Amino acid sequence: MPKIPGLFKGLGVTLGTLSRTVTQGANTVQYPHEKETPPIRARGVIALHEGNCTSCMLCARSCPDWCIYIEGHKELAPPRRAGGKPRSVNKLDRFDIDYALCMYCGICVEVCPFDALFWSPEYEYSEPRIADLLHDKAKLGEWMQTVPEAPELEAGADKKGKK
Amino acid sequence: MTMLTDRQQLSYIAAQAADARVNLELETEGMTLNIGPQHPATHGTLRIIARLDGEQVVWAEPSCGYMHRGYEKLTEVRTFPQVTALINRIDWLGSFANEVPFILAAEKLMGIEAPARAQHIRTILFELSRIANVSLFLGDLGVQLGAITPVFMAFRDREYVLNLIEGATGGRFHPNFDRIGGLKDDLPAGWIDETRSVMKKLRNFCDEIENLLFGNEIFQSRTRGIGVIPRDVAMQYGLSGANLRASGVDWDLRRDQSLPMAWNKVDWKVWTHNDGDSFARCWVRLQEVRESTKIVDQLIETIPAGPVMTKVPRIIKVPEGEAWVATENPLGEMGYYVVSKGDLGPFRVKIRSASFNNMSITPWLLKGVYVPDIITILASLYFILGDIDR
Amino acid sequence: MSVLAVDLPYWAQSLLRVLGGLVAVLLPAGTIVYVFLFKMMSFMQSRLGPMEAGPFGSMQLFAEVGKWLQKEDIYPERADKFIFKLAPLIVLASTFLLVAVVPFGPDAWFTNFEAGIFYALAVSSVSVLGILIAGWASANKYSLLGGLRAAGQLIAYELPMILAVIGVVIQAGSMNLQDIVLAQNTGSMFGWDGLGNPYVLTQFVGFVVFMIAVQAELTQAPFDMPIAESELVSGYMTEYSGFRFLIFFIGEFATAGVFAMIASILFLGGWGVPFAWFGWSDIDSIDNWMNIVGPLILFTKMMLVVFVIMWVRFSYPRFREDQLQRFAWKVLIPISLVNIMVTAILKVAF
Repeated sequence: MPKIPGLFKGLGVTLGTLSRTVTQGANTVQYPHEKETPPIRARGVIALHEGNCTSCMLCARSCPDWCIYIEGHKELAPPRRAGGKPRSVNKLDRFDIDYALCMYCGICVEVCPFDALFWSPEYEYSEPRIADLLHDKAKLGEWMQTVPEAPELEAGADKKGKK
Repeated sequence: MTMLTDRQQLSYIAAQAADARVNLELETEGMTLNIGPQHPATHGTLRIIARLDGEQVVWAEPSCGYMHRGYEKLTEVRTFPQVTALINRIDWLGSFANEVPFILAAEKLMGIEAPARAQHIRTILFELSRIANVSLFLGDLGVQLGAITPVFMAFRDREYVLNLIEGATGGRFHPNFDRIGGLKDDLPAGWIDETRSVMKKLRNFCDEIENLLFGNEIFQSRTRGIGVIPRDVAMQYGLSGANLRASGVDWDLRRDQSLPMAWNKVDWKVWTHNDGDSFARCWVRLQEVRESTKIVDQLIETIPAGPVMTKVPRIIKVPEGEAWVATENPLGEMGYYVVSKGDLGPFRVKIRSASFNNMSITPWLLKGVYVPDIITILASLYFILGDIDR
Repeated sequence: MSVLAVDLPYWAQSLLRVLGGLVAVLLPAGTIVYVFLFKMMSFMQSRLGPMEAGPFGSMQLFAEVGKWLQKEDIYPERADKFIFKLAPLIVLASTFLLVAVVPFGPDAWFTNFEAGIFYALAVSSVSVLGILIAGWASANKYSLLGGLRAAGQLIAYELPMILAVIGVVIQAGSMNLQDIVLAQNTGSMFGWDGLGNPYVLTQFVGFVVFMIAVQAELTQAPFDMPIAESELVSGYMTEYSGFRFLIFFIGEFATAGVFAMIASILFLGGWGVPFAWFGWSDIDSIDNWMNIVGPLILFTKMMLVVFVIMWVRFSYPRFREDQLQRFAWKVLIPISLVNIMVTAILKVAF
């Protein structure tokens, strides 16, 4: 069997791809009409669980871009049981994440000691105005609904249950 | 797999001499052509100033720095996790590979080692970044030379690798997954099976590219004998990675260095080529992708069970000291020299990026070649601007 | 024009001819762009191509034309204005001149030159001028390089094209394109006239040389050094945008279509089917409906030829300029000269 010159093999590859696309469909997704679901851990947007946040500022400090803006104040809440001291709680005034700056690195979600920040694979939040990319407390709370459950881990993993 | 015969080389030289004689007689002036910084062929914003004589290059010099982002300055005011997030973006195509030497240097300063499972998974992700990076190179090689179809196949099959990386780490391009002491998280269920099927697809892709591009006689006539780098010149200029191995130097840091990673636990081969021309460099990279798929195949069968993170304090302060770690990145040898003064972040990080040194050979290499060959040579040297300029 | 039952005045005939010429150039160009450039290229790259504009992206070409037409008309400050604006028109004009000789049916032709193929080859060289002018007048080093490369390449590949055609002319015994079509369709191979005598079989070498030369004349890969997107950013077309670029673009694909028509006329039997199928013996005995079906047959054969051209274009990297020249002068021309000799000997012997 004489060796087929590479020129013809190349033509064969393109023709093969052509016939594969015609019979089995393309490898692309027609985006606005069909969408691919990203994996569970995909870093799409950060969601805030306000109840857990104590404005400890760890996330704001550890952000490489310093894109988290936090303001809070202390308040006196009624005592847990009658006859006790009023306890001071942190009330969050402002928790903004500027997604125009955010690098999606995930350090803030990781360092939060109170599990107040979560990753969500939601990615369709582009805005015509760049100022609208600053998501405030309410919007970050809305993203909580899109946060998925953490995936099961592979065999052999230490079952510690990370987020 | 032979170079140009002596006769062909002599006729090339004779043609150049004839051109030079004509130009002398006609007293034509050379033309200075700026290739870049905005140009489809340079992998980013590289500027090559070439003085041409007709179509031949008399003198060429690269002028880089258009993409300088000041990494080494940025790292001075950031903590170790923040620096890890940033350095993903130096070589953005194989980004996990950028984190590894830095984290290994920090672990060296702290005197700890990641657990076996973490080392193993680190190596898997490292090789996956190599596959992602070099498969793009294979496609891009076609575009530089005029074949517009391989690049789509490259992107198509590279998507699978990126989906794998995203499934494990959360980020397709910038995983930010390595931590001092291990990894951020463990692998999700089903990842190993998916990796197995993706590696099969990548091997098919390599065969396809070999048939479509490498076997093509036009491609071979464009790359054989072009941009020959002799062995000693390659070593003098500090080339690394596939550029070095294509000139006959058998040097691979994965094998020749002992790092706390899992390369020595699997059976694999270092590919070299003796010609040192553009074809050799491209061919070595093709074989490296194939070899990486075999490495990943072996590694995923033997991941040891256990934790992925050793016991490290919550707030990590790396003790004082200096450490240098270099690894065999997809582009070449990448190393970090980390100076720590016991703070939350490094005092100074010096980044030795492969492409900067690989590019230093271009003035020597581009003398006397034709304009299309400039593109071929730059394509075969393969650098990423983020890696050159940092 | 006995095609239509009614006898038209001369001005109406001329108007029809002009419109027919426009259709004959633009319709293949548009079809080629849609089917091959948008769809076939995409399918070879595992993707679907334009799908949004119209059903399956069929209106994409109109959208693109509209986009280019509404762009600002700019030109470089130091460009030679008149020549800069003239260059695309020269390229397009040569295509229109070329299609004037192409016969579409037994009576459906624009002109019936006795020296049809001679005229066609001569006029196709006019586009070289347009490309050269574009490269030089753009006041841009990249365009200059592209124009110079184009000059060398296009002139070098004219010769193999002409020499490849001579074999067909010898075999057909005439330079008239209509006669060549008739000779193929009335001829017979070894006494069997079931397939006529398509010259692609007897002149196979000539066919291959002609196709390679056509690929080079159209500056398609692997001979697209003048454009060389990854080096010269469009070569001689770099400074053209908007309407002028549209003309170059249409010119490129219209020329591809017309050259493919000429190739199918010379080698594949043109607008005809073997006359033995219908029992015709010469041009006067052909039924009238062939004037409608003939253009469709020619169109189909043209699409086949363009498929091959585009298939090669999307699969191969490009030659370097000196390799290109070496290939033309040292390989193609000797082969085609030998082909002519062999054809002449065989023609005299049989």
